[in-house]
Amino acid sequence: MTQLIPISVTVNGRPRSIEVASHHTLLEVLRDDLELTGTKECCLVGECGACTVSLNGRIVDSCLVLAVEADGGEITTVEGLALADGSLSALQQAFLDMGAVQCGFCIPGQLMAAQDLLTRIPHPTVTEIQEDLAGNLCRCGCYEQITEAVVAASERGPATPGRAAPAAAEPGR
Amino acid sequence: MQSFAYARPETLAEAIALLDAHGPEARLLAGGTDLVIRLRDGTLRPAIVIDLKRVAELDPAIRETGGRLVLGATTVMTDIAADPRVRRHFIALAEAAAVVGSVQIRNRATLAGNICNASPAADTAPSLLVYGADVVAAGPSGSRRIPISELFVRSGVTTLERGEVVTAIELPLPARRIGAVHVRRTRRRGHDLASVTMTVAVDEEGLTRLAYGSVGPRPVLVVDESGVLADPAAPDAAKAAIFERMFADASPSPRSMRAGPEYRLAMLRVLGARALRIAIERLAGGE
Repeated sequence: MTQLIPISVTVNGRPRSIEVASHHTLLEVLRDDLELTGTKECCLVGECGACTVSLNGRIVDSCLVLAVEADGGEITTVEGLALADGSLSALQQAFLDMGAVQCGFCIPGQLMAAQDLLTRIPHPTVTEIQEDLAGNLCRCGCYEQITEAVVAASERGPATPGRAAPAAAEPGR
Repeated sequence: MQSFAYARPETLAEAIALLDAHGPEARLLAGGTDLVIRLRDGTLRPAIVIDLKRVAELDPAIRETGGRLVLGATTVMTDIAADPRVRRHFIALAEAAAVVGSVQIRNRATLAGNICNASPAADTAPSLLVYGADVVAAGPSGSRRIPISELFVRSGVTTLERGEVVTAIELPLPARRIGAVHVRRTRRRGHDLASVTMTVAVDEEGLTRLAYGSVGPRPVLVVDESGVLADPAAPDAAKAAIFERMFADASPSPRSMRAGPEYRLAMLRVLGARALRIAIERLAGGE
């Protein structure tokens, strides 16, 4: 009785028209149908944030959104963060520079949440970073480095291309 | 996840007709932050999911009309927490909305969904009880207004009837000056449900309204008309005696993984005293 429903979405700037099963989540459709495997599946109950994507300008846990709910929507995944020439964004580069990436599994979600924070608050305090990223767990325990990376990115400015950026700025403490 | 039919009505009448036709076989979808979890784990197996987010009458707007603030049924926690009118008149509701889950959850979770799930731990419930909110529900036989104090039965069960859809939550603008605050205990911010969730409001006439959740089958509202709780000069012992009566109905589950009953009962008293102090300060400070 699987109901297939046609939906149209824009993913990382590219319009896509696909048929989705009514009971498939946005996470499943991104990974399995659109082959965007940067977004990770982990807890499936909205606690870990590994599946974070931006939907219509707001971050969501894509494991808790039915794909059909996204019909007509604009989606950005971690694959959409890099610049048009393929170079890393300032935020992505800051994550590398600060050693925020260990096993890397949570990083797509961390990046999406951090990018969302910097869009709303260009120069967040450490407390604001910790509050806003509370929905993203890191089992490697890199919270300090992740926080430092967000601070560094905020100091470099959102428009600075990652690889063209000067050496890591001293994080504000 | 087991498959289901999906409907996306565009009018309220269409949504009500669908819900009435399918009865217990249907589930309403607003934010989905509870529903999708239960669809996946199989505790809910509806034949049809009715998505309310494109129903014209259920837009996510917040409107001030006739001495009331009206929160549309699909209004999400992020927007409630940030709304200047909510923050000015109903700060404890804004505070409660701001601690539900994470940013990702608050961007999806709706106020209507929070109360319709009737979780005893629903963080917005104590504030809605304290502020005397009404739930507006539309059904096959028309629209009615349900005082929030008459909505909750037990976990997952409300007094909503078959075919009824919550269309809005209405908050009467306070006639008196009040000081209010929402407080909670949780194991980890950003994820966990509350071990105790509480709102306290004191007004300039000395009335104290206190509501608490996550310590029994449904959130509880209690009122102190003696003026003792709201009196900054009243002795702690006198206040403690009133708290004992107020918390008499608390009956935390011994089976919860989140916190033992002894801890919850102890925290009720700690949070009660703390919240009361903040509410009194806010009343005095004109917040």
